[in-house]
Amino acid sequence: MTHEEDGTPMTPIPTPATTDAPATAAAVGAAPAAARDRVVFDVRDLSVFYGEYKAVRDVNLDVHQNEITAFIGPSGCGKSTVLRCFNRMNDVIPGARVEGDLRYHGIDVYGPKVEPVEVRRRIGMVFQKPNPFPKSIFDNVAYGPRIAGTKNRGELTEIVERSLRQAALWDEVKDRLDRSALGLSGGQQQRLCIARAVAVNPEVLLMDEPCSALDPIATGRIEDLMENIKDRYTIIIVTHNMQQAARVSDRCAFFTTEVSEVSDTRTGVLVEYDATDQMFSNPSDERTENYVTGRFG
Amino acid sequence: MTTVPIGADDLAAATEVTLEANLTPRRRVTNVVATVAMVGSFAVAAIPLALIIGYVFVKGGQVVDLAFLTESIPNSYRRVGPGMGPAVVGTALITAAASALSIPLGVLGAIYLNEYGKQNRLARTIRFMTDVMTGVPSVVMGVFIYVVWVLRFKEQTGFAGALALACLMLPIVVRTTEEMLRLVPDELRLASLALGARQWRTTLTVVLPAALPGITSGAMLAVARAAGETAPIMLVTGLTYHANWNLFEGNNTTLASQIFRNAGQPYEAAQLRAYGAAFTLILLVFGCTLLARLISRRFSIK
Amino acid sequence: MTATTLPPPGEAPDDLTSTDAGATVDTGFRWATLGAGVAILVVLGLIAWASITKSWPAFRDQGLGFFTKDRWAPSQGSFGALSMIYGTMVVSIIALIVAVPVSIGIALFTSEVAPRRLRGLITLVVDLLAAVPSVVYGLWGVVFVAPSVSGFYDSISGAVGDWPILGFFFGGGGGSGRSFLTAGLILALMVTPIITSVTREVFATVPQGEKDAALALGATRWEMIRGAVLPHSFGGMVGATMLGLGRAMGETIAVALTIGSSFQIRSELFRSGAAMPSTIALEWGEAAGTHRSALIGLGVALFAATLAVNSAARAVVTRAERKMRGA
Repeated sequence: MTHEEDGTPMTPIPTPATTDAPATAAAVGAAPAAARDRVVFDVRDLSVFYGEYKAVRDVNLDVHQNEITAFIGPSGCGKSTVLRCFNRMNDVIPGARVEGDLRYHGIDVYGPKVEPVEVRRRIGMVFQKPNPFPKSIFDNVAYGPRIAGTKNRGELTEIVERSLRQAALWDEVKDRLDRSALGLSGGQQQRLCIARAVAVNPEVLLMDEPCSALDPIATGRIEDLMENIKDRYTIIIVTHNMQQAARVSDRCAFFTTEVSEVSDTRTGVLVEYDATDQMFSNPSDERTENYVTGRFG
Repeated sequence: MTTVPIGADDLAAATEVTLEANLTPRRRVTNVVATVAMVGSFAVAAIPLALIIGYVFVKGGQVVDLAFLTESIPNSYRRVGPGMGPAVVGTALITAAASALSIPLGVLGAIYLNEYGKQNRLARTIRFMTDVMTGVPSVVMGVFIYVVWVLRFKEQTGFAGALALACLMLPIVVRTTEEMLRLVPDELRLASLALGARQWRTTLTVVLPAALPGITSGAMLAVARAAGETAPIMLVTGLTYHANWNLFEGNNTTLASQIFRNAGQPYEAAQLRAYGAAFTLILLVFGCTLLARLISRRFSIK
Repeated sequence: MTATTLPPPGEAPDDLTSTDAGATVDTGFRWATLGAGVAILVVLGLIAWASITKSWPAFRDQGLGFFTKDRWAPSQGSFGALSMIYGTMVVSIIALIVAVPVSIGIALFTSEVAPRRLRGLITLVVDLLAAVPSVVYGLWGVVFVAPSVSGFYDSISGAVGDWPILGFFFGGGGGSGRSFLTAGLILALMVTPIITSVTREVFATVPQGEKDAALALGATRWEMIRGAVLPHSFGGMVGATMLGLGRAMGETIAVALTIGSSFQIRSELFRSGAAMPSTIALEWGEAAGTHRSALIGLGVALFAATLAVNSAARAVVTRAERKMRGA
């Protein structure tokens, strides 16, 4: 797929459910339809190494604004590894090394002068296992804004409420903001983590299998809230549940592992990257077809 | 009913099923003896403890009152009467100074070990040396401070004692703090970093508060140990009969060293004073120990 | 509305370089913690340097005789530490002989026998035993125990003093009650907590499956312990004992008060003796010159010995635990 780096509209890609765009745009005043064609991340020939071991190779894709992009595929094929590249969380893993090109609005995320802290303020992350701080609910959500410099109690309260509403958690906790976050159920804790992540007003939200530790009801709630906040954020979600991907995402990237005959190591590769509808109804690659029809994985 | 083969009656009688224990008496007795031995060993530990506490509280309680805690130490061991005021002052000041020296340094060092150094060469060396330091006998630590500090400044002071105690406390604080930091789940650090926090902020606002109960309890145990130390104090702090509020000038004394001096005396007055000092010291030390246990039980990360 | 440093969503940032002083604070903090860590090394280095240089005169004077001569007469310039080395060893061995079985018993009791509720009480007792300052042990030892056992020693002496082997150990009479044996017994109380807690940890690593297997075969509890728990824990128990030994060797004050003050090497346990750390503490006040050096030398020797014992102990325990976890 060709595209220009300054974000002007590209050659047509079947954008799914374009009929939604005008309605939501009008209602929320979010980015106009044109922005949805805007590229937020441009990934070219990305490979990730842990020491000598090549975990993922030659990933090429682009992430579009205000869409939900899903990374799917069997376990161990590098989906989370690639996800962590977007906010430079691979930096904290000793021995991790990234090659290739990953640009955020044209800026090389791994450039020499780039501060990971700045990257992470704009690109938030929700983890697989809910990890609220052992602090009050209020302090959890206010943590990010406080770092960014907001000190005023009134402003913080406003931010906390707004974030909790976005995470569909406000009604359940509004009377106990000062209680410990650890007293919430698993599903509530994960929504709290989502609230915490959106509190700093990021542009992008990375979600690493956010529902895999939760029961179906809690999962459903989170999928609903993803749909609701989609117009404010660009979301990339890693999931091993392909029905979930089919339900919520606009685009899908299917990964799998290749076993090298030479060294007998497994390396993750991106097989196909397509609009979700397309991928599930008419996949181009046989491996994709096998996966989405449940023949393996 | 089918015909019963020959000998089946014997067979049936021989394999009469019973669920009663068919232990031989020997096995049963051995088991009981072993159990008694185990309970007995607990008694061997508990009884002397009870005796010590009993004696100290009874005999010490006889003499401890406000006068005892505030009046000066009599010049002569033979003289009857209070007090241990100077020792109380000395213990409080010296232990506090030692804590102020060793706890911040120990916590910072442990933060380096667990958050920054981790497994690199320097960190492993520091860890090993800290372990070595835990094994230094307290009298040797006293000798060291004497050589390095007292000889230079030509005076035995309370501060020298605080230095010696700080050196004894430091490895304990470092080890327990590092343990506690290690218990903080890594996911919390990742969450904080992903929100755009820097390493120092993550450590100070997320990791440290989470580990704080354990760190506090470890520090209190170190304080309790320091308060009870005698040998270093004797070597570097000297002796005084009047309360000395200045740590940097003049000799000082502590409850522990007073107990030592008085315990060896044949005079009952001295022994009573020793018990009184022991009473005060035990209250302090047990208080710290029990408080440490309480904090770690109630608040720590499991 | 929100933090001012963040662009509203949808707008591209100019670059991703830093805008605040956070990076400097980060580096500064890192250096501060590093400095603290290095300070520990510095302190230990100073200990080693100071002790060795100051004790050198004594070692130089006496040579190896420092360790092999048994005459310690400071006024005559004779510094043979053998009697003190002997004293330290005897007292430590007595302490271990008593403390090891008791500690193992308590550890077994806690981990295998005692009901849940009782465990807290037991650990409390052990923790309090560990918390009692050594000087209070010494006080109790010299004021209560020594006089009380003096008569006891006398009667035993009277009974077996003339017998061949027992007399060797138990002859000689009670005296003041301050003796190797008294000091050893008090020391046993003091090292019990550490041996108990390490042993208990070692017992906790015995795989439950093996214990269950023994019980399922109809073993009594003691047989299960003997068959499944103890064999596995042997290495760890040795390590725990050595840790106790290290502690016993370095214990100064309680021993100083209860061992008496004789510099003769005698076999009778009821006799007074001397130990290394105690001598340092007791003679320091009036010592000068070479005497001081000799005392510092004693300290260095003691430090080296306890270091060796503790390191070996730790290695043994770690290896034993690792072997059991891997099994």
